Amino acid sequence: MWPTFAAPGLIWLVLLFLVPFYAILSVAMGTLDPIFGAAVPEWNPLRWDATSFAEVMNSTTLQVFGRTCAYVAIAGILSLFIGYPVAYFISRHGGRFKTTLLVLLIAPFWISYLMRMLAWVNLLQDDGYVNRVLMFLQILDRPKSWLAGESLTVVLGLVYGYIPFLILPLYAALDRIDRRLLEAARDLGASPLKTFLSVTLPLSRQGMIAGSVIILLPMFGDYYTPDLLSGSPGNTMTGNQIAFYLQAPSGANRGAALVILLSAAVSVLMIYYLITVARAAREAQ
Amino acid sequence: MSGAAGAGQTAPPRRHAEWLANPWGRPRFLALFSWLYIVWSIVPVLIAIQFSFNAGRSRSTWQGFSFRWYTSDPDLSVLHNPALRAAMTQSVKLALLTMLIATPIGVGLAIGLARWRGRASTAGNLLMLFPLVTPELVLGSALFLVIVFLYTSVHLGTWAQLLGHITFSISYVVIVVRGRLFAVGKEYEEAAMDLGASPREALRLVLLPMLAPAIFASLMIVFAISIDDFVISSFLAGGAESQTVPMLIYSSARAAPNPSLNAVATLMLLLSMTAIVLGILMHRRLAGGDGQKGAVESFARLEI
Repeated sequence: MWPTFAAPGLIWLVLLFLVPFYAILSVAMGTLDPIFGAAVPEWNPLRWDATSFAEVMNSTTLQVFGRTCAYVAIAGILSLFIGYPVAYFISRHGGRFKTTLLVLLIAPFWISYLMRMLAWVNLLQDDGYVNRVLMFLQILDRPKSWLAGESLTVVLGLVYGYIPFLILPLYAALDRIDRRLLEAARDLGASPLKTFLSVTLPLSRQGMIAGSVIILLPMFGDYYTPDLLSGSPGNTMTGNQIAFYLQAPSGANRGAALVILLSAAVSVLMIYYLITVARAAREAQ
Repeated sequence: MSGAAGAGQTAPPRRHAEWLANPWGRPRFLALFSWLYIVWSIVPVLIAIQFSFNAGRSRSTWQGFSFRWYTSDPDLSVLHNPALRAAMTQSVKLALLTMLIATPIGVGLAIGLARWRGRASTAGNLLMLFPLVTPELVLGSALFLVIVFLYTSVHLGTWAQLLGHITFSISYVVIVVRGRLFAVGKEYEEAAMDLGASPREALRLVLLPMLAPAIFASLMIVFAISIDDFVISSFLAGGAESQTVPMLIYSSARAAPNPSLNAVATLMLLLSMTAIVLGILMHRRLAGGDGQKGAVESFARLEI
């Protein structure tokens, strides 16, 4: 009886998750139709042809991938430095505001990412609130074009977009720490800083790694944030390149090859995340 | 802690030293930082909502309150602009259908995988987790290519989008329902069967009612993630008729000449928030015993 229950879901995932991955491989290893110039997938692995990989491995791709890594790394580190104190405060000192703070912390989860970017597009207009506030404070003497190809805008956009997904697992990890351990450390003469460094920080390491992985993965696949907040070719990420290739009928081979290269690059993160989720599921059982 | 030692040497007020030494005291800097973070994360969205009520065309200068961009403008308001209305209909239609199809499939998968022991079920568990860890761009490209090159009878457009939305929603349903399954345990079903119920009756009369809060929460969560989705909808879109609201925001945020885009985004936000609040409230009522905090926190942990 139980396999019957699981069957529709499993069949669905095989047909619409596993098979599509095979399709990426077949398209990437496929050829171009010599007459129409359109991609032709090669379903037989014995006849796979890796030409598309060689085609996409050019200096532009490497440069864009380098930029993607830099953006993602800076945004990830910034998110951790902003997120840790917030998660720490809510778990340890939330007090009677704890539920309110949690609700406010979760709210961005359920607001469309695109709506949140739209909000910043409004604020960062030449005559928008950001420029007006900065000019009022005499930090700027004339409006700055934030949306005309600034790396800073894109990186801060990534931080704004993904940081809620980091804070929650971090909060969960910090909230699980047994307070008696902290009291014991204090009783044994450790200073507050020493207690933090040698008890809280190591015990929240798992949460920090898990939270970072959760935000790094979608950041690597992002193309809409640079499109919305910059639009300049100087700020494109690997995701933009993939979206660009896949839009043209003749680019599908190269687009698929880039998807595979990107997946390979982030596979360590994916496997780590998979192990964490599987372990959490086993513990819940 | 050099800071505290240094402060001690320069003889600060006693109160200050105690404050530093007390591990359970309220650290004011952290409090300020956290509240600033909350303001930073919420206020831009509130300002975007405010501008949806702007009387003028500007999205950066406030010109007075009106419902112009919702109803009264004869051509450009959400009510009268066919493109905005079509995008809203498409988003809501996809979210409702996804919710109605993905939830039963996911509930079945969760029950099946939790009760069925064997190698196949371990593999099934792993397969179910994969969509959660795959970047949406990768899943979107994979579905796009399979529909263009293999499942050619499904055309890009609403059907393709629906298949894509259901694919990424199933895993969320499994995670939510499985949490409740483990919390309930097997004892109730076993008791029912000891008292003469068939396995089928035990499932229908005992287990399913106990899973009701999780099933309802799943419906609401699937609705909310589907209505907010951008990447999958965008990769699997066909013509203009399959444009959803997030896609509309993507294509016209930079060029949008007036706040009607903010208005349509605000309406969608209202829909997904309503779904989530309903989900939390019903979960709290049906699950019983769990306090408000419990419900909020379990929703908070859900998306990891």
